[in-house]
Amino acid sequence: MAEERRQKQCSVSLPTESMKAMAESVGVGQLQEESCAALSEEVSYRIKEIAQDALKFMHHGKRRKLTTNDIDNALRLKNVEPLYGFQSQEFIPFRFASGGGRELHFYEEKEVDLSDIINTPLPRVPLDVSLKAHWLSIDGVQPSIPENPPPAPKEQQKVESTEPLKIVKPGQEDDGTIQGKTQGATAADGKGKEKGLIRLKPRSTHELSVEQQLYYKEITEACVGSCEAKRAEALQSIATDPGLYQMLPRFSTFISEGVRVNVVQNNLALLIYLMRMVKALMDNPTLYLEKYLHELIPAVVTCIVSKQLCLRPDVDNHWALRDFAARLMAQSCKTFSTTTNNIQSRITKTFTKSWLDEKTQWTTRYGCIAGLSELGPDVIKTLILPRLTIEGARIKGVVEGQVVSNIDKIGADHVQSLLLPRPTLTVSQSGFSGSGGPRTPSIIKVPSSLTLMTPRPGTPSQPSPPATKYIVMATSAGAASTQQVL
Amino acid sequence: MAAVQGGPVDAVEEKDIKTEPSNDGCGSNSTNDGRAASASPGSGAPAAGAKPAAAAPEDQQTLLAVLQFLKKNKLTESVDILRREAGLPEDSLDLKGADSSAAGSGGAAGGAAAGGAVAGGDLGAADASSLLSRVTASSSAVVQAPTKAAGEDQPDVNVVLSAYSQQGDPKLYPVYYNGLKRFIESVLDCHRAELSQVFYPLFVHMYLELVYNNYESEAKAFFEKFRGDQECYYEDDLRILSSLSKREHMRGNETLLDFRTSKFVLRISRDSYQLLKRHLQERQNNQIWNIIQEHLYIDIFDGMPRSKSQIDAMSGSLAGEAKREANKAKVYYGLLKEPEIELPLDDEDEEAENEEGKPKKKKPKKDSVGSKSKKQDPNAPQQTRIPLPELKDSDKLDKIMYMKEATKRIRLGPENLPSICFYSFLNAYQGLTAVDFTDDSSLIAGGFADSTVRVWSVTPKKLRKVKSAADLNLIDKESDDVLERIMDEKTASELKILYGHSGPVYGISFSPDRNYLLSSSEDGTVRLWSLQTFTCLVGYKGHNYPVWDTHFSPHGYYFVSGGHDRVARLWATDHYQPLRIFSGHLADVTCTRFHPNSNYVATGSSDRTIRLWDVLNGSCVRIFTGHKGPIHALAFSPNGKFLASGATDSRVLLWDIGHGLMIGELKGHTDSIYSLRFSRDGEILASGSMDNTVRLWNATKAFDDLETDDFTAATGHVHLQDNSQELLLGTYMSKSTPVINLHFTRRNLLLAAGSYNP
Repeated sequence: MAEERRQKQCSVSLPTESMKAMAESVGVGQLQEESCAALSEEVSYRIKEIAQDALKFMHHGKRRKLTTNDIDNALRLKNVEPLYGFQSQEFIPFRFASGGGRELHFYEEKEVDLSDIINTPLPRVPLDVSLKAHWLSIDGVQPSIPENPPPAPKEQQKVESTEPLKIVKPGQEDDGTIQGKTQGATAADGKGKEKGLIRLKPRSTHELSVEQQLYYKEITEACVGSCEAKRAEALQSIATDPGLYQMLPRFSTFISEGVRVNVVQNNLALLIYLMRMVKALMDNPTLYLEKYLHELIPAVVTCIVSKQLCLRPDVDNHWALRDFAARLMAQSCKTFSTTTNNIQSRITKTFTKSWLDEKTQWTTRYGCIAGLSELGPDVIKTLILPRLTIEGARIKGVVEGQVVSNIDKIGADHVQSLLLPRPTLTVSQSGFSGSGGPRTPSIIKVPSSLTLMTPRPGTPSQPSPPATKYIVMATSAGAASTQQVL
Repeated sequence: MAAVQGGPVDAVEEKDIKTEPSNDGCGSNSTNDGRAASASPGSGAPAAGAKPAAAAPEDQQTLLAVLQFLKKNKLTESVDILRREAGLPEDSLDLKGADSSAAGSGGAAGGAAAGGAVAGGDLGAADASSLLSRVTASSSAVVQAPTKAAGEDQPDVNVVLSAYSQQGDPKLYPVYYNGLKRFIESVLDCHRAELSQVFYPLFVHMYLELVYNNYESEAKAFFEKFRGDQECYYEDDLRILSSLSKREHMRGNETLLDFRTSKFVLRISRDSYQLLKRHLQERQNNQIWNIIQEHLYIDIFDGMPRSKSQIDAMSGSLAGEAKREANKAKVYYGLLKEPEIELPLDDEDEEAENEEGKPKKKKPKKDSVGSKSKKQDPNAPQQTRIPLPELKDSDKLDKIMYMKEATKRIRLGPENLPSICFYSFLNAYQGLTAVDFTDDSSLIAGGFADSTVRVWSVTPKKLRKVKSAADLNLIDKESDDVLERIMDEKTASELKILYGHSGPVYGISFSPDRNYLLSSSEDGTVRLWSLQTFTCLVGYKGHNYPVWDTHFSPHGYYFVSGGHDRVARLWATDHYQPLRIFSGHLADVTCTRFHPNSNYVATGSSDRTIRLWDVLNGSCVRIFTGHKGPIHALAFSPNGKFLASGATDSRVLLWDIGHGLMIGELKGHTDSIYSLRFSRDGEILASGSMDNTVRLWNATKAFDDLETDDFTAATGHVHLQDNSQELLLGTYMSKSTPVINLHFTRRNLLLAAGSYNP
């Protein structure tokens, strides 16, 4: 029976090899090819039959997902004993293995120590079924409460922001679009109805109801307040609540103003809080931020490249904020960059320009590199790698030189550590692409770099301090050789 | 052959002929005759021999028909032999001749049609030579008879399948099919759509024939080649068919048996039919002609051929369209007269309430609101057609409550949409399978996959059990509040869980008086629960397979259930065995509903048809085809005239019960529809679906626009306008909560329920 289940994944007919494998698994050694073929056809047919019956149970269970219980029920329908022990609701407990030219899925039966099970504390009891009522519609109008889906779905927000000029047809206003719901737009709607086809930019006013104003106040206060638990709750709300669309402009202004003020005051904590707000907004699956990027991006970029973000740059960890903001930047580039707004290339240009500038401070330099490195392997390859030698020399100058200030030294150290994982990446790349060029022994000495090969450059890992200097010097040389190879 | 076929055709037009029994007749006639054997079913002969042994009255009837046919053709010897075999007395033929003459002529035609070899000169030649062989054949048949009889309770698969015995070269099947296809493509446009209907049944039967005769690769090739030509709404059946590739698989396959036991019904205009007939005869295309004769029922009508859209609207069911005759029976769809209870009770009640005043004035208004006029509706059944339970005092009180509420009812319309209150089941983990509300909306019951039934009170009044027998003895039976006193306050809670089923609970229904709850489950039982003691009272066993749905009659006492065993059963709460068994569906009965007058029951099925059954005599009075997927929701309009149905094809169809016609199609949903409900006055139809939406439709408009002229009613042709968009009044999206039940409160507030699946 287990075999039957196992084969459900095949779509058309089971290969005869599976029959062999199964026969072996139950102790039948040599199975004739013919019997295999006959078996496979029969089994495929029966499985399909069972699957069809199981589907019936799924439909009557008012589900979209077929569960193991459905299969059990279908088997019972056929007077076959159901398969016990497959009650898991979510995952398929099969593992895949291949070897010796054969591939198979098998059910991993672990040996379980009963005493372990007895001694582990009981898991939390799942919540019991409960009933909750809400208004889906009041006199034909759907109220915008958290229990109902957001009035403007994300696709619509996207359409609105990417195609601002849309044709308003008479009668179309009623289908739940945002302007139909707000009061200020009724006049425009009226016009649209009168004149028929007019190209209108939908004017969306964002008047907040009293509840929304209260919510806004609570949330913003919690986000920048001192209570961490409250903040977590508020951020959670921003990240998940579907009804925030109307408050979005206020949030974005709040963030942009907040950053502007707090950069001047060097208030690192608040900047971090604000960036977390940005993150939460981006995480909200019902919001489309495109319209508010003009406020959000400058704020984020400020947090990446600002010369000073905190009162004591030598002690405070403003580097983490830069990393975090850089990641946000990369995320927004990925989500919102289009051919019209060209966010990614504009951001890249900004970063590169200030990086190239000789007078740039180490903090800004760090931010630029962090920002660039988050933008993906292509950017790293074309913009960061070529400059590794120069940058290495510069770091060397700072670290070994005596005249520099402490702040510069810390900055240089950080830039160095930021650049560190990537050269090893280069090395391994060059190792593959290069025609066996001379590689200095020091480069090969970094076996741990193999784990870093996966191009996820955004996570600056902490290298072990003693080896640092040596490797950087070596790899900058290695990078130079790479350049030649490439 | 071709010459012979001219005759039977006309007979086929008039009557639905049982071909199989007559097959048997000709089989026994010529078993060992080389030529005839190739044209007639091989294993038909032993079956025929077995039949007389069983001697069911039906078989006798057909035997008589065969005898008459033989007699008419002056085959006296055969008559004698057959009579001897069947053990019929000499005079039975003459005695029963008169009343079975109709069947006789039908049988005659059928016999000729099915086995052309029997007819004409062949008979004369076969006469002498096959005489002896017949005797031997029959003796061998007698030997087989006992074994046959032993397995008789099962459908006789062999007999059913034997019709697929070899009839031609398998290689030629694609050629035949292609030839027909080319022909149909070449005919005039007006006929093409009608004739195209032939493709699907023909395709299936040819495929099955190939499979049956072990031409596996040919069958596969045939299937692959022509599968694409079939209408998309047969996709589900084709999938089942494609998995079937061996003769062994055909045994016990329900879909296949359905196809065999029921003829695929096509409606074709006379002109188109003549065209097809002429073509097939000219081309000597016997293969296709045989299939059409044996497995298809062609319902011929006079008049204009139907258009493609008309055909598509009606087709899609497992066995083709409904025959026109099937929907001819008179249906008393009117409502029963409400008992006159308001006068004495209403007054004192009004006084007790003391603020509304002037009860005398209000009465006529109430009547109009309740749309229950004093005089009998001409379309209503007799009050006593079905014995209904007498009203108890509590029922009368409830009726009064109902009428009071009705006066406060909101009149709905396109300008005045109902408010919707959504009851979400949280933490149900996809386990919610059925929901029902009581008529007064005070209780909600949910059936769950973990085999529990849970009942919630949605009013502040908590659910309480009746005290135990010992405690009941102690209370003062004379006190005024005895009904209060019998309740055990300690058990008061909002939720009661009923344990008893051993499988997912798929159907649930409250009794109108709120004292009982029915639940039907995968374990094959329907259980009746008391809502006074919250215990199980009866387990009704009858369906051996999962019971998909159950529904209480609006007058209580009766209920109906339908399940995987393809029958719906009518029960009375005090009988442990069903009162009626409604059988006829070709696949699972997926949903059941009582008509508001309790005289009829509607059932929806996976065979994609809806049937209306008469409770009085258990006969099927309406068959509605047109859905393209299993039907999961049914709703009668409050006036009893219309039926709405929803299916997995995400469409709602509207039916006129009196005329037996499809009158509307509501498109808009994007997933299976699981619930339908008319508002209390029937102006609005609400539909709930797996696509997480509740949609409201303008039912008044849908029914008003109706033009039922005599022609439409006579032919059953529908002209559906595509006005779903105009009829759609509102769409309300829930948050990932499929809507599995809807209910209008007595004041026309819409309640919806579903489980939240994040």
